[in-house]
Amino acid sequence: MSVDHPIEPTRRDFLLIATGAVAAVGAAAAIWPFIDQMNPDAATLALASIEVDVSQVAPGQSITAKWRGRPVFIRQRTDEEVKAAKGAPLGDLKDPVARNANLPSDAPATDENRAAPGKENWLVMVGVCTHLGCIPLGQSGDYDGWFCPCHGSTYDTAGRIRSGPAPENMAIPPFEFTSDTTLRIG
Amino acid sequence: MSGHSSYVPTNRFMRWVDARLPLPRLVYDSFVAFPVPRNLNYAYTFGGILSLMLGIQIVTGVVLAMHYSGNSALAFHSVEQIMRDVNWGWLMRYMHANGASFFFVAVYIHIFRGLYYGSYKAPREILWILGVVIFLLMMATAFMGYVLPWGQMSFWGATVITGFFTAFPIIGDPIQQLLLGGFAVDNATLNRFFSLHYLLPFMIAGVVILHIWALHVTGQTNPTGVEVKTKDDVVPFTPHATIKDGLGMVVFLLFYCWFVFYMPNFLGHPDNYIPANPLKTPAHIVPEWYFLPFYAMLRAITFNIGPIDSKLGGVLVMFGSIIVLFFLPWLDTSRVRSAVYRPIYRIFFWVLVVDTIFLGWLGSRPAEGIYPTLALIGTIYYFAHWLVILPVLGLVETPRKLPASIAEAVLGPNYASGTAAGAAPPSGSVSAPENR
Ligand code: FES
Repeated sequence: MSVDHPIEPTRRDFLLIATGAVAAVGAAAAIWPFIDQMNPDAATLALASIEVDVSQVAPGQSITAKWRGRPVFIRQRTDEEVKAAKGAPLGDLKDPVARNANLPSDAPATDENRAAPGKENWLVMVGVCTHLGCIPLGQSGDYDGWFCPCHGSTYDTAGRIRSGPAPENMAIPPFEFTSDTTLRIG
Repeated sequence: MSGHSSYVPTNRFMRWVDARLPLPRLVYDSFVAFPVPRNLNYAYTFGGILSLMLGIQIVTGVVLAMHYSGNSALAFHSVEQIMRDVNWGWLMRYMHANGASFFFVAVYIHIFRGLYYGSYKAPREILWILGVVIFLLMMATAFMGYVLPWGQMSFWGATVITGFFTAFPIIGDPIQQLLLGGFAVDNATLNRFFSLHYLLPFMIAGVVILHIWALHVTGQTNPTGVEVKTKDDVVPFTPHATIKDGLGMVVFLLFYCWFVFYMPNFLGHPDNYIPANPLKTPAHIVPEWYFLPFYAMLRAITFNIGPIDSKLGGVLVMFGSIIVLFFLPWLDTSRVRSAVYRPIYRIFFWVLVVDTIFLGWLGSRPAEGIYPTLALIGTIYYFAHWLVILPVLGLVETPRKLPASIAEAVLGPNYASGTAAGAAPPSGSVSAPENR
């Protein structure tokens, strides 16, 4: 035993720390299942994509489809609505990005980037207010787009946030027109 | 305070118990012989009333859980069955639903009583902090309980409140999915809320025990804010406080029963009698009345503040409005406890009461027109009260002369007391002066 170096670690110190570390990892591993069980289960995650028949949707009409437990608004906008959305200067927008899952994440929030590709009258978006998740009411509010009754967010005719507490434009889900009258979401 | 025990077992059996588990001694020392200031008024009965309400909520809740189904397909129907088919089910449910409201009535009076008489000041900081913890647990319990009937307000209230978590960058969405067990409020959410709603009241009961323990270590405050000094300042808990608390409970229960039996749905929202519909938000979502001031603060932030967007800002302001209470013992710089002797604080106290009620009213209005602006003004004042007015006021305010002791305040200045009247605040009348 060295008298000159009384604080030199011993083999016992090493064993103590090593045992403690193993116990900590073990405790964390034992706790994890109790936390992870709360995450969405396999049935919820098995998200099928859905096909929607949009042949009956005339200009100025909307339907709501249910995808992943949430409503998706499918609207054939009128020409006036498209014109109003195109007329909004980009600088006026609270959220300048398109939030379109089919485009790069930094695409600007122009009307073309929000609407269905090649069918600018069609708007397909998750109808959930980006504030706290209420479902906005269609064709109402100051911009004649959507108005969220919960805390007063207003969206324009392209579903872009214009005023109120919501931070983002309503999300555009991954979708595709598989024919002129069928839409696949997801 | 909790000094030495004066319990004397009366017979051999009690002596036998006392030597093995001195529970009777604990009860005797805490609720019979425990000395309380002789000048407590009825504002001090709400602690007892709150214990009673917790008991009522647990008993009615256990009974309701025997008939309720925590499944989204059955929940709404099972509540209707409780109302129509279960023997006395209507009574149990109305007692439970209105009991929650009256629990909050009592807790708000209890909190404002503490604010008025400076009950949070040294040496009672931990007592106060435990109280704020209980308040937070109560809010979580009440929120989850309101989801269980699975009506429209249940569903959309749950959507909005769990939506708070999405405000936090990066971790927000995973946390929300962890809480909901899905991408939207659904059966998984309802089921776990039922489980937690059953658990939390027992956690509240545990913290209540700590709260009472801390109270019995420091002793109660009283309307003068002067600490207990001699035996003349106190009376035994039984019969004095027992009887006074008892009368307080009876009067409180009269109001409670008036609601339970004559206007059981007055405090509820009619939309909660519409089954939950995930595809349709009610035109106007309002939380239960006891959350309205906080809801108004959430909605008051409609603009981005630097890197913090409006949504995160609203959520931070709302949580902050309660978190700030944890720091109250150190934000209030005045050494005098009671508002009775603080003429300016007393005015600001009542302004705060009015501001809170005003915010509550704004929370019940739609978020349109002038209302968000008014809510912003109310919110700014609310925070200014804690963060500006209280720290500054303690430094500039001249308090009134404090009585030398509780006995003197009650029995008049001619009460024989060694302390010379008119001197500087007598020792013990201010919070921990030796530390300042
Ligand atoms: S959820 Fe839409 S404004 Fe709050």
